Amino acid sequence: MDVNNIAALTGNLAVIGYGLAAVGPGIGVGLVVSKTIESIARQPELAARLQVTMWLGIAFTEALALIGLATPFIFA
Amino acid sequence: MINLLATVAHASSSGDAFEPPTIGEFFPNAVLFQGTIFEMNRIMMIRMLIVVLLIVIFSLWAGSFKKAYKTGKVVPSRFQLMGEISLNFVRNSIAHEQLGKKDGDRFLPLLTTIFFIVLGMNITGIIPTLNIAGTSVIGLPLVLALAAYVTFIYAGVKKHGLGFFKNSLFPAGVPVAFYILVTPIEFLSTFILRPVTLALRLMMNMIAGHLLLVLCFSATQFFFTSSLVEGAMRLFGGGTFLFGFAFTLFEILVAFLQAYVFTLLTTVYIQLAMADEH
Repeated sequence: MDVNNIAALTGNLAVIGYGLAAVGPGIGVGLVVSKTIESIARQPELAARLQVTMWLGIAFTEALALIGLATPFIFA
Repeated sequence: MINLLATVAHASSSGDAFEPPTIGEFFPNAVLFQGTIFEMNRIMMIRMLIVVLLIVIFSLWAGSFKKAYKTGKVVPSRFQLMGEISLNFVRNSIAHEQLGKKDGDRFLPLLTTIFFIVLGMNITGIIPTLNIAGTSVIGLPLVLALAAYVTFIYAGVKKHGLGFFKNSLFPAGVPVAFYILVTPIEFLSTFILRPVTLALRLMMNMIAGHLLLVLCFSATQFFFTSSLVEGAMRLFGGGTFLFGFAFTLFEILVAFLQAYVFTLLTTVYIQLAMADEH
């Protein structure tokens, strides 16, 4: 092994790619939920409708992470 | 029978080394009619089992509703109540909430079908001995997404004629020059990404859930039985087993949630297609 190498890495780059792809949706889902909690705290009687919207928002945001999960299989 | 239990016996099949789950999990060996288009593997058999179960349960529910209607019995039996609660959930909190009473009832058969098929196929992912979700291979989610796609385009065209395509591709209130930018984006998001994300969301959730469960439980098997593990390291097996158990509970939640989200999104797409002002 080359002396300049401190550590040799083995494995698949796609794993790092998915890690990066999960960051955005993670933050996104967190924002959606935190805002919903805030809104419900301000106006508890709207909880049911806000929750429906929250699930929709989560579904849209989470799709990005799932597309990231699919790409290694598509571009393998 | 060996084929049927292939997933369960995954970790033990290859001796002592730890073998993480692969995508091959979702392409089990054929059991019947190998090489023809009717090829049966255990996922197909699970799907057929669930379809038969759904048909039986729904006809029993229909029978009990009819009997109650005929005899004028006001207090429902336990089985009938279960049916009323499940069907009313889709009807009231999804269809009527988003579409209103009239249009909600128009699309209710499709929405109910989608909800119960997705729920039934998802829940097999955590039923012992079945252990894989019927929706974890692209075929079924694709068919359901296509049904949703055709339905929301039908709903839009029925209501607005060709104005539906104009509304969705050239939204009102945008400066004309911006249509160069807006129209391709709208086309992509409405007519391509909607069905693709519907199918992918469902399938990828189920795939990820199944892989997590297999990872946890094959690690448990590895730590408990492999000769490569020594001494106190075996205790890790208890940890992975607990994780696997927790994820199993989580998967029940995900199964219901994905059925709900799939139906809700279908409803919202129909509602957006029929909305007057874009």
